[in-house]
Amino acid sequence: MVKEVERAGLPVVHMCTVTPISMTVGANRIVPTIAIPHPLGNPALDPAEEKALRRKLVEKALTALQTEVEDQTIFE
Amino acid sequence: MEKLRVVHYINQFFAQIGGEEKADYPAELRKGEVVGPGMALMQKFGDEAEIVGTIVCGDSYFNENIDKATADILEMVKSLSPDVFVAGPAFNAGRYGVACGTIAAAVQEKLGIPAVTGMYVENPGADMFKNKVYIVSTKNSAAGMRDAVAKLAPLTLKLAKGERIGASVEEGYIPNGVRVNFFEKERGSARAVKMLIKKLAGKPFETEFPMPVFDRVAPNPAVKDMAHAKIALVTSGGIVPKGNPDHIESSSASHYGEYDIEGVMDLTAETYETAHGGYDPVYANADADRVLPVDVLRDMEKEGKIGSLHHLYYATVGNGTAVASAKKFAAEFAKKLKDDGVDAVILTST
Repeated sequence: MVKEVERAGLPVVHMCTVTPISMTVGANRIVPTIAIPHPLGNPALDPAEEKALRRKLVEKALTALQTEVEDQTIFE
Repeated sequence: MEKLRVVHYINQFFAQIGGEEKADYPAELRKGEVVGPGMALMQKFGDEAEIVGTIVCGDSYFNENIDKATADILEMVKSLSPDVFVAGPAFNAGRYGVACGTIAAAVQEKLGIPAVTGMYVENPGADMFKNKVYIVSTKNSAAGMRDAVAKLAPLTLKLAKGERIGASVEEGYIPNGVRVNFFEKERGSARAVKMLIKKLAGKPFETEFPMPVFDRVAPNPAVKDMAHAKIALVTSGGIVPKGNPDHIESSSASHYGEYDIEGVMDLTAETYETAHGGYDPVYANADADRVLPVDVLRDMEKEGKIGSLHHLYYATVGNGTAVASAKKFAAEFAKKLKDDGVDAVILTST
């Protein structure tokens, strides 16, 4: 899906936990996330901390979208 | 003659420990035990080989702790000093396929023990590891177990004995880019004419020289002005309005959903859920923002960090879903996103 979005001319960032799969499917901008069943959260944290964690990941995704890349790049 | 020693790797599902709720099960060695698909393998091995131990590991555990899980499992394999290592088969289960490929490749490379696995050709693990280990080509679900074992068992024995491995068409593994010479029954000119006749008659024919498919899309330019950009959300994690109004299937999805989040500031347990059947849904059902970060993007929209969050999001279930379907869905909604003036997309996957 990520490749088709890119093909349509839209910059896209793929947020996922298993980054090797993301590389295989051809995502160009990749942000690693927390865990498979809760990529953008962590139920062990209290709600405020969890939201702050999510905010940080989304900020990273926006940074990725604002960064020129020539090749597949993982934004650690 | 002593039997060849085989160590077998399977996931929590095939070990009958449980489904997604047990996917975080850490690696465990069951010495001397034959579990699940191991029984069918043992039957095919006959007197030639036996499974001396089965390693069980949850799919999420493996993929979230790849380094530790790999190291732990290597130790377990080493302790049993097998002649060959078998992982799976994983069919079209993505995380299982990646686990099987990773561990089989590691056993071969680090321990010098031949390894083999099996999966469906569209499993992401197939592309990742087909050049590193032999991957028997299986059907896309466990209904194809008999067929998978019929190919897997003989190849396992050959590897254990150090016998010559034939071409992919002979042995049934996914082509690994290594050329193997063998004599065809018919000479080339006769085969070529037959192929041509089939082609002219509009009948299906199989090329003997398939071209590699390199489908890469170059990255688009970065977003210049995020404060005025329209950002859209897409997910393969199956987040849908509560009740799943479009009945998106929990696996092998046949369609995607388009949902309006105009005025929605936060996804809650009362309003949204996941339709995905390939991961433990507890966390996403309690708070779908954990998969689709609407709450945070609304905050950033208010603060002027982004121009706006597009009022529509697109969702499907990426669980055994055919690559061709996913491609079709995305080509369709990407066009809509483009037409709606979206500047960039955040796509989340579980």
